[in-house]
Amino acid sequence: MKKLIFSLALLASLAASAQSDKYTQMMQKNIALLDSAKSIDDLQSLASTFDRIGDAEKTKWLPYYYAALAQTWVGWNPTVKDKDANSAKINAYLAKAEAIEKNSELYAVENMSATQQMLVDPQTRWATYGKTAGEALQKGLQADPNNPRLYYLQGMSLFGTPPQFGGGKDKAKPLFEKSVALYKAAHPELLAPTWGQQQAEAMLEQCSK
Amino acid sequence: MKRKTALSIAFIFLAGGLYAQTTVSGTVKDPKGHPIRGASITIKDSYDGATADSTGAFRFKTTEKGTMTLTITNIGYNPVEQPVNLTGEPVTLHVVMKEQLSELKAVTITAGSFTAGDAKRGAVLSSLDVATTAGSNADITAALKTLPGAQQVGEQEGLFVRGGAGYEAKQYIDGTLVNNPYFTSVPDIATRGRFSPFLFKGTVFSTGGYSALYGQALSSVVLLESIDLPEKSEVDASISPILVGIGTQQLAKDKKSSYGITYNYVNVGLYFKAIKQQPDYFKMPQFHNGDANFRIRTKNGGMIKYYTTFAYNELGLRRQDVDSLYTKDAFGLTNHNWYNNLSWREYLNNGWKMDLGASYSTNLDNLGQQIQDAYNHPKSFPDSVFWMKGKTFAIDQNQQLSQVKAVFDKKLGGISSIRFGTEYWYSYNDQHYRSPLYNMDSLYKFRDNFNAVFAESDIFLTNELAAKLGVRYEHSSIIHRSDFAPRVSLAYRTGPEAQISLAYGIFYQKPENSQLFYSSNVGFTKATHYIINYQKMSKDRIFRIEAYYKKYEDLIKTVPIYYNYSLYNNSGSGYAKGFELFWRDKKTIKDFDYWVSYSYLDTKRDYLNYTEQLMPNFAATHTASIVTKKFFTKIKSGFNLTYSYATGRPYYNFVLAGGPKFELAEQGKTKSYQSLNFSAEYVPSIGNTKAKTFVVLFASMSNVLGYNAVYGYNFSYSGQYKQPITPPANRFYFIGCFLSWGVDRSQDAINNNL
Repeated sequence: MKKLIFSLALLASLAASAQSDKYTQMMQKNIALLDSAKSIDDLQSLASTFDRIGDAEKTKWLPYYYAALAQTWVGWNPTVKDKDANSAKINAYLAKAEAIEKNSELYAVENMSATQQMLVDPQTRWATYGKTAGEALQKGLQADPNNPRLYYLQGMSLFGTPPQFGGGKDKAKPLFEKSVALYKAAHPELLAPTWGQQQAEAMLEQCSK
Repeated sequence: MKRKTALSIAFIFLAGGLYAQTTVSGTVKDPKGHPIRGASITIKDSYDGATADSTGAFRFKTTEKGTMTLTITNIGYNPVEQPVNLTGEPVTLHVVMKEQLSELKAVTITAGSFTAGDAKRGAVLSSLDVATTAGSNADITAALKTLPGAQQVGEQEGLFVRGGAGYEAKQYIDGTLVNNPYFTSVPDIATRGRFSPFLFKGTVFSTGGYSALYGQALSSVVLLESIDLPEKSEVDASISPILVGIGTQQLAKDKKSSYGITYNYVNVGLYFKAIKQQPDYFKMPQFHNGDANFRIRTKNGGMIKYYTTFAYNELGLRRQDVDSLYTKDAFGLTNHNWYNNLSWREYLNNGWKMDLGASYSTNLDNLGQQIQDAYNHPKSFPDSVFWMKGKTFAIDQNQQLSQVKAVFDKKLGGISSIRFGTEYWYSYNDQHYRSPLYNMDSLYKFRDNFNAVFAESDIFLTNELAAKLGVRYEHSSIIHRSDFAPRVSLAYRTGPEAQISLAYGIFYQKPENSQLFYSSNVGFTKATHYIINYQKMSKDRIFRIEAYYKKYEDLIKTVPIYYNYSLYNNSGSGYAKGFELFWRDKKTIKDFDYWVSYSYLDTKRDYLNYTEQLMPNFAATHTASIVTKKFFTKIKSGFNLTYSYATGRPYYNFVLAGGPKFELAEQGKTKSYQSLNFSAEYVPSIGNTKAKTFVVLFASMSNVLGYNAVYGYNFSYSGQYKQPITPPANRFYFIGCFLSWGVDRSQDAINNNL
């Protein structure tokens, strides 16, 4: 009897680990695809894939996070004209993720989503989407002051702002420095977000020129 | 060994599943057959699925077995669920998704109305636009005059829209009517509006065909929506040779409530000494304005807002009398005004929304005129020279208006909605009139209880086709009349950014106070609007063309009884028709924003003392404006130019002949009007998030070219002489410095972590 219970328990845990292994494998595979994806169709398709994984898993925020991230990479593409519609998709994925857990990585994506909407018309949208983007960064830093991606994003925002408006290389540089230092010190867990180090280093180089 | 077998079996079982695959493929399209790119197809609770490509096609393989649910989703479309039987045989599906009705995508009715300040829809005029329109000097009405439909009337305050007089355009703040939106009239000088554009987050300028929620305006409504919570706490100050001001807005730490208070004082004495004015100001115009507000965000995201403003002003000016070279008309005025507005917007359960508003205002004028001789001493006349003696008078008048308004709004499945409500106005008006002529000393007063009920529904048949149907019932106790006003408008989207709108409506308005003092045996005046509008709008560009026909009925006519005594009836009539063009472009040249508007107006009316249907003296056939704004980031400065042009306006001299009846003794047309205005702003601290003080330096000059404007003529009693009505000075200059010290904490978290 004891043996039977033991075998059943073993079988159950085996099945569970097989299932979670499938999750890990699928996530690893798709994260690798995301790292190399270029075309809008590929990114779009990856966003949907991550969304499906999230829907099937139900308790994991990472699939939705990557869905939102993939959709954000779609949004940076200049051929995507309707940024509001794209951000609506990003925000829908973020909402699903945040229903499970709120954390600094999600705020980083929220910042990018709002930034994309703001850039449509900075003069009139600064007060709304610019504010949302700024608040997302602030919340993200409160949740995790050591998230290198947040400093990178803040640096990008200052880098893109003309010096007359309080931005510029000099203002952005310390943020990229901080970001790169944090990237170097970081030991990300399996499946955790790692993007941004190369970009931050490249930007630091540009600021140092 | 046994355990090992179990393990192997389990692996085989799991792995085996991977190889029994079913291919699912198909297309996702909308009902018109357009592919829906990016639609996500998923087998529910599995990882398997695909995304539709640009032709709407998808294909994937799945290891799932049996009857499963396939879900197809895409933002902006109603999700579709469909059972599939997975047996290993390929499955082909053709899915049709219907677009969700969405407020953002749906067409909006644009006939007759310019919606400003709504960033999502593309603003036409924001508060910053108002402030940077050269010639406006931050006066909302002046900026609205650069839009099509409004006349360039410079000798009276108010918006003269599409053949309508100034009093036919009304202003509403947060849903309730403003009784005295302008500073009290001074003869032949346009006064400013009382409210700063920065109080408002949105401005809708409707030139006709507006919603059943608003009434008592024959031609136009300006709907002002006050801002909710300020972005941050700050202290503001303004300094200029003619004004000083100080104020603060305090936002609570939890960002759920705020309060504010401001005070400013305007005295043009110094300025009028430096820049010669045509009238001789014996009492320099000065204004004290104070205001206070509080705003509270409620639990469900609703807002409670209270705003109050108190103003005191006085002035005295002396001008050449039209009848005699040796006499002058000395006009003096003091005014007290107190305005209060309380509003509460709340989101209730089940898609209900409630808007409650209450307002109270009281306006007290003490004004008078005296005929003076060359030495500025009072001059008296015998009763036989009644036309001179009557020019000396004193008026004390008070207007009070209390209002309550309630509007309930309910969403009906999707984005269609129905709203209804009621409003009640209690107004008290009195006027104490004194004149040495026949020792006149008369006190007039009346009270009016005005009620309205209204209902309106927004019906979206598709995202492309919308209708707004409304009715309004009104009753006024002073005139014992009721009216029933239907309003209908439609919008149809003809392309991705283009649409056609139609509007029809009947509008009623009570006679003016000055008429109701003498006769209450008059009814509502009436206008019927027909409007057709085509608009093409993208983010940075807007083009609109609008044509309209407006029919006036029951306008107030003056019926002379004796030479100095008249009654009123509703026998007047008239029409206005025309078309208007508007083009705004912020895109073609970087940091350069311009708009062009043109109005063609054909209007005639028989009202007041007109002898027949004539083109009214405030109407010009052609009116055009060009507004340009250019900001230079490098020097942190903006330069703005506005040019306005209007063809000449008719002028008339109606005289009272025996009968008694009015006769048209002389008529003519003024020369055309034009004006080039300039303004510039320098914003040294722009974008500097660490700046403790935010500074704006502003300078403006109106009528740069020094064009001599003539708005009309005043006639002498004999009709032999006419005196042109001109602005008090040819040019107006303004220079000012606006400072604010804000506490913006959004950067703190980032700076602290560096």
